[in-house]
Amino acid sequence: MKIIPLDQAPSTLAASRARSGFSGYLACFNGIVWREMLRFVHQRERFLSALVRPLVWLFIFAAGFRQVLGVSIIPPYETYVLYEVFVTPGLIGMILLFNAMQSSLSMVYDRETGAMRTLLVSPFPRWFLLTSKLIGGGTVALLQVYVFLLIAHAWEIEPPLLGYLTVLPALFLSSLMLGALALFMSSVIKQLENFAGVMNFVIFPMFFASSALYPLWRIRESSPLLYEICRFNPFTHAVELIRFALYARLDPASLAAVLAFTAVFLAAAIYAYNPSKGLLGRRGAPGGTA
Amino acid sequence: MRLNSFLSTGALLLFASTADAYTVFVSNEKDNTVSVIDSTSLEVTKTIKVGQRPRGLALARNGEWLLICASDDNVVQVYDARTLDFVKNLPSGPDPELFVLHPKGNPLYIANEDDNIVTVVDIEKGSVVTEIPVGVEPEGMGISPDGTILVNTSETTNMAHFIDTQSNKTVDHVLVDARPRYAEFTPDGSQVWVSSEIGGTVSVIDVKTRKPVGKVSFQINGVNADAIQPVGVQITKDGKTAFVALGPANRVAVVDTATLKVERYLLVGQRVWQLAFTPDEKQLFTTNGTSNDVSIIDVEKLRVTKSVKVGRYPWGVAIAPF
Repeated sequence: MKIIPLDQAPSTLAASRARSGFSGYLACFNGIVWREMLRFVHQRERFLSALVRPLVWLFIFAAGFRQVLGVSIIPPYETYVLYEVFVTPGLIGMILLFNAMQSSLSMVYDRETGAMRTLLVSPFPRWFLLTSKLIGGGTVALLQVYVFLLIAHAWEIEPPLLGYLTVLPALFLSSLMLGALALFMSSVIKQLENFAGVMNFVIFPMFFASSALYPLWRIRESSPLLYEICRFNPFTHAVELIRFALYARLDPASLAAVLAFTAVFLAAAIYAYNPSKGLLGRRGAPGGTA
Repeated sequence: MRLNSFLSTGALLLFASTADAYTVFVSNEKDNTVSVIDSTSLEVTKTIKVGQRPRGLALARNGEWLLICASDDNVVQVYDARTLDFVKNLPSGPDPELFVLHPKGNPLYIANEDDNIVTVVDIEKGSVVTEIPVGVEPEGMGISPDGTILVNTSETTNMAHFIDTQSNKTVDHVLVDARPRYAEFTPDGSQVWVSSEIGGTVSVIDVKTRKPVGKVSFQINGVNADAIQPVGVQITKDGKTAFVALGPANRVAVVDTATLKVERYLLVGQRVWQLAFTPDEKQLFTTNGTSNDVSIIDVEKLRVTKSVKVGRYPWGVAIAPF
């Protein structure tokens, strides 16, 4: 994508309109996804930290809580499981959550460096650009999740083989939902420094007030209010969707919730990135008001 | 032709899927019932009312008869294993807890917990052959594959009593760790494994010399040693692997019989008590007393595949070859 100089605008615009067919969309989509991948590949530390974070939880935190769950069978599990088996889908959710937030952080960074303008002046509709960006971020997360699952397998977390396949759409949908939420938030955050605030006010509450670390019935025992909060936490539904999918099962309630939250967050993000809101001025491209 | 081969493949498939189906019986000590589980669908297909406090279970007459220790009724009940109809009561002496059938199919040796005796019963005639005095609180019963030696364990005397089945007399006593619960011979008949609930060990006794030759100890990270209470023991037909139920440790230990080392602990339900293999030895069923369920272990993969709810306080388990 390149910025169209003003003097060439009319003719180039006509040409770009002609190219806005399917192949144009594809080129644009590839470009955005590729950029996400490159950004990820070039930041080896990011890949490492994205992997180390859940592994630390798995190897250290889960080890301490190993016996916690030996008392009850919770679907989709068919027998008693150790805590590390239970917490794995939650840690997958953690990978997706951090990846989504990092992606949102990159949007703030892009805005500061001006790279965002390059993206948003593209002649393609705004929703398409943003969704492409989310898919790019989601693809990066998938890589991290599968590497994590591979290591977890060596740690005797062994979901059925089919589960590795059925979890894919669940991962994708969940990362889309979390990415859309992060994207919406990135439109509100003005500076990079505010990411610490995101950690405190979004990542931690979302992660801890969910079914990632403990089953909801356990939370209900101690606090019915917290239980209700957890039930309405979109992250809970993402984790449950992944948990069931990893065992080749579908949890319809979670699927419905994740779909609904994705739609709401995506609409909010698209609205927030609408140039008429004045965030980026009115220099958007044709069709940019989508 | 094509249809034919299709049909025969179908028949083969059908055969393959039904060939491995066994009927699993589980006694529910508190409910006075026996749960019947299909070994392929792993679902409880029926629950039948039986005598009071059913504990030990065994199959006789090639699986046609289901024998139940109805402890509080002081009888051994016989049920038809296929129709689940009541057949008859056998005399058992007071408070029968566990029993073992002679490899030839008769007689039945019953441990009478309250009377410090082993009662020998002819199951066809329904009569008591004799009573053998043993230690205090007899429980575990194991018989050698050739049927010549019977081993009974007494919970309070902490002994394994060796009984000659020809003379029906005790011939030797071997001291083991506290509260011996179960005795199981290796398939070649050379050793008998005796689990000690309070001692937390399994003693391996040489049958010829009647001397302990080894001891299996258990250690599970994060589980208190006093929660490790070995009870049921089962050994694979090839004699290589032993499975030991560890009671409130909620684990089944997989033991290499050559090294007497634990290879793996499998997480099952609470207070795992007795164990039984399916005849093809592909699955091992465990009764989990306080979580009221049965866990199924894939013997080849050494993984717990499922836990199935049964009645209250599941205790004994026996598996019919059909």
